[in-house]
Amino acid sequence: MNQIVQKKRIAEGINLFEIEAPLIAKKRKPGQFVIIRIDETGERIPLTIANADKEKGTITIIVQVVGKTTEHLGTLNSGDSILDVVGPLGQPTHIERFGTVIAVGGGVGHAVCYPIARGMKDAGNYLISIIGARTKNLIILENETNAFSDELYITTDDGSYGRKGFVTDQLKEILDSGKKVDLVLASGPAIMMKFVCLMTKEYGIKTIVSLNSIMVDGTGMCGVCRVEVGGKTKFACVDGPEFDGHEVNYDLLLKRLATYKEEEKLAYDKFMLKTKDK
Amino acid sequence: MGEEKKKKKKERAPRQEMTRQDPKKRIMNFNEVALGYSEETAVIEASRCICCPKPKCVDGCPVLVDIPGFIKLVQERKFVEASKMIKETNVLPAICGRVCPQETQCEIVCVLSKIDKPVAIGRLERFVADYEAAAGEIEMPSKPEPKGKKVGVVGSGPAGLTVAGELAKMGYEVTIFEALHKPGGVLVYGIPEFRLPKAIVAREVDFVKKLGVELKTNFVVGRIATVEELFEQGYEAIFLGLGAGLPWFLNLPGINLVGIYSANEFLTRSNLMKAYLFPEYDTPLKVGEKVVVIGGGNVAMDSVRTSIRLGAKETHIIYRRSRKEMPAREEEIENAEAEGVIFDFLVNPVEFLGDNEGRIRAMKLLRMKLGEPDDSGRRRPIPIEGSEFEYECNTAVIAIGQGPNPLALSTMKTLKLNKWGYIEADWETGKTSMKGVFAGGDIVTGEATVIEAMGFGRRASIAIDKYLTTEEW
Ligand SMILES: Cc1cc2nc3c(=O)[nH]c(=O)nc-3n(C[C@H](O)[C@H](O)[C@H](O)COP(=O)(O)OP(=O)(O)OC[C@H]3O[C@@H](n4cnc5c(N)ncnc54)[C@H](O)[C@@H]3O)c2cc1C
Ligand SMILES: Cc1cc2nc3c(=O)[nH]c(=O)nc-3n(C[C@H](O)[C@H](O)[C@H](O)COP(=O)(O)OP(=O)(O)OC[C@H]3O[C@@H](n4cnc5c(N)ncnc54)[C@H](O)[C@@H]3O)c2cc1C
Ligand code: SF4
Ligand code: FES
Repeated sequence: MNQIVQKKRIAEGINLFEIEAPLIAKKRKPGQFVIIRIDETGERIPLTIANADKEKGTITIIVQVVGKTTEHLGTLNSGDSILDVVGPLGQPTHIERFGTVIAVGGGVGHAVCYPIARGMKDAGNYLISIIGARTKNLIILENETNAFSDELYITTDDGSYGRKGFVTDQLKEILDSGKKVDLVLASGPAIMMKFVCLMTKEYGIKTIVSLNSIMVDGTGMCGVCRVEVGGKTKFACVDGPEFDGHEVNYDLLLKRLATYKEEEKLAYDKFMLKTKDK
Repeated sequence: MGEEKKKKKKERAPRQEMTRQDPKKRIMNFNEVALGYSEETAVIEASRCICCPKPKCVDGCPVLVDIPGFIKLVQERKFVEASKMIKETNVLPAICGRVCPQETQCEIVCVLSKIDKPVAIGRLERFVADYEAAAGEIEMPSKPEPKGKKVGVVGSGPAGLTVAGELAKMGYEVTIFEALHKPGGVLVYGIPEFRLPKAIVAREVDFVKKLGVELKTNFVVGRIATVEELFEQGYEAIFLGLGAGLPWFLNLPGINLVGIYSANEFLTRSNLMKAYLFPEYDTPLKVGEKVVVIGGGNVAMDSVRTSIRLGAKETHIIYRRSRKEMPAREEEIENAEAEGVIFDFLVNPVEFLGDNEGRIRAMKLLRMKLGEPDDSGRRRPIPIEGSEFEYECNTAVIAIGQGPNPLALSTMKTLKLNKWGYIEADWETGKTSMKGVFAGGDIVTGEATVIEAMGFGRRASIAIDKYLTTEEW
């Protein structure tokens, strides 16, 4: 069960896994995610379903190494299995023909944006994609996104590829060009989503963000994933992960994401020490 | 005759205590606190039972275990037989012997309690169940004639496990669908190891599997499949044993500060994810030096006792009424007290205060006094105006109760719910407003007990069999 049938390194520190999960492949919709647990002592972590192949019965996840579990996952190869994969979780994206949609993906956040953007294109929207990253080596899914986007822009912080600057610089240029934009999607670091939303609010454009709060069960049972939207507490795993970006309390999200900073470092260091021994 | 009676009375042994781990030692580990009876103490305790011809205790038991029957077998040292006798009506005696509130069920009505302490029925139940397990292979019932019909059970808590086991014994092909990666419901994610070792839960789950029940974990009904889709896949009846898994938070300023947990999160991290073994296990759980747990039930006691074992220096229970109104079992309150928990009564939080990093640093509490009894029969707490004060703490656990999780229910448009969102089902049969759909346990009754969930499951299994045999709804 849950065997990895393909593993690819698609950017620096970012791995793509195609995993056997026929039921989830059949059922999932854009915007939904899975929770995985690698082995008996592992943590449960949420990952967006970037793609699915119903015929083959596989789902694709794209994972950036940021700590113990994602590092461990990166050591697995095709033929290995993941102990637990549960999903699809979360509310699917509300997809319809809005008109012109801009999808903004920052770093690995573009893996979250990607299936939604594609869904928007399939629904007949004019799709503009913006992919941003710190540097060229961190840009993911460029060709794949290009294949279905009407316009594609790339930004890097250091100017090593595409436009030098932030995704918001590109976004501003498009918005200022006078083009009528009906919806903006944003996924990436909380701080990026915050700034995208500050901008789109000014322009009065509805913006949907996909939040990456800490999760455990993913079914609404524990409440660790709570976020504040429009002053109300919501559970990101069942009410989201997508919310009206103009209503989200990003500072709270950032603070809650930092809950286990020390423990995460400890777990990571211990894992690296162990793999070095081997 | 009269002489003899008097003599017997004199000879009655005192209620036998169960050895427990020393409080000083046990707060350093997660091993079981109560250590159980020896054969000798069990026989002495059993000898106290006068085996009433019309036993009151049986009326007090939600599943009508033949209590004097099994106790008589203990008197005769037929321990395995005693366990088997209990299992005729209660398939989980090792669990119930540990977590049932006997003091409000069978023991409270035991005739002895009028003149002496009641027979320790729970401790005897636990003893014989453990004895049977230790004695080796648990005997399997003979294979039934297959019925050729499939039943789906959603949720693997005590209600679901009971339904699945009973129907498998009748010859149905049963599949359990469980959202989490481990079966057992609250028994694995809620009740801590030191009160209910997970090896015992695993043993019982294993027994149900050996009966032929298929178990699909990581299967969230309402997401991967709806109940309608399960019918389409050939399941002819569905039992919903979803539990009451939605945590209630207090709707107060600061409730989302870092360091404020729902009891569900706190206990799930510790029990299901084994955070108490961090970093051997990856899931962390952070407790500060001063932990407060808000609430007065079993869930609050489990949370506060877990926090001590995770290294909290000072632990408090914050409860808005007085000790007398606390819904937790007396035994658990005593255990918590022995472990050094401080109880703060007649106070209620009104706000949580954070530091610059958004971590909880204090609460604002309001003092309360007791007024007239409310619907629950307990005296209502009334705020004392102007009595607010600040109270420092670094971790808070909210244990004020749970409700029904709407995740699966919201995908079943024709299923009738009551005004609190629980499933409206017949308490005798578990029948719901949807044909072929039965429900039981906490998702119908609201937060109750393990034995009530089991009892409900048992009644539902009989009704499901009847439905599938007669096809009458
Ligand atoms: C709905 C959702 C979809 C996501 N999709 C993707 C994706 O497609 N690709 C991807 O690379 N990442 C995704 N993430 C983030 C991913 O879950 C975290 O990067 C991962 O959990 C980190 O685990 P770790 O052990 O490697 O790192 P850790 O060292 O444990 O943590 C690094 C940081 O990740 C966050 N984090 C830690 N534990 C969790 C947890 N249990 N749940 C969520 N966040 C956590 C914290 O902010 C933490 O500081 C998603 C998160 C959510 C909520
Ligand atoms: C911390 C705590 C301590 C307790 N202590 C005691 C005690 O000492 N004595 C006592 O008698 N009672 C105690 N109780 C109460 C008792 O545990 C419950 O009454 C009992 O477990 C209810 O059983 P159930 O089968 O109805 O539900 P649960 O045990 O809650 O099981 C429900 C199961 O259904 C699963 N599920 C839910 N939704 C879905 C879905 N959509 N798809 C698939 N699966 C799903 C859940 O993951 C869970 O495994 C305690 C409860 C808690 C929380
Ligand atoms: S009521 Fe008490 S004494 Fe009588 S049979 Fe039950 S346990 Fe024994
Ligand atoms: S992850 Fe537990 S409620 Fe959302």
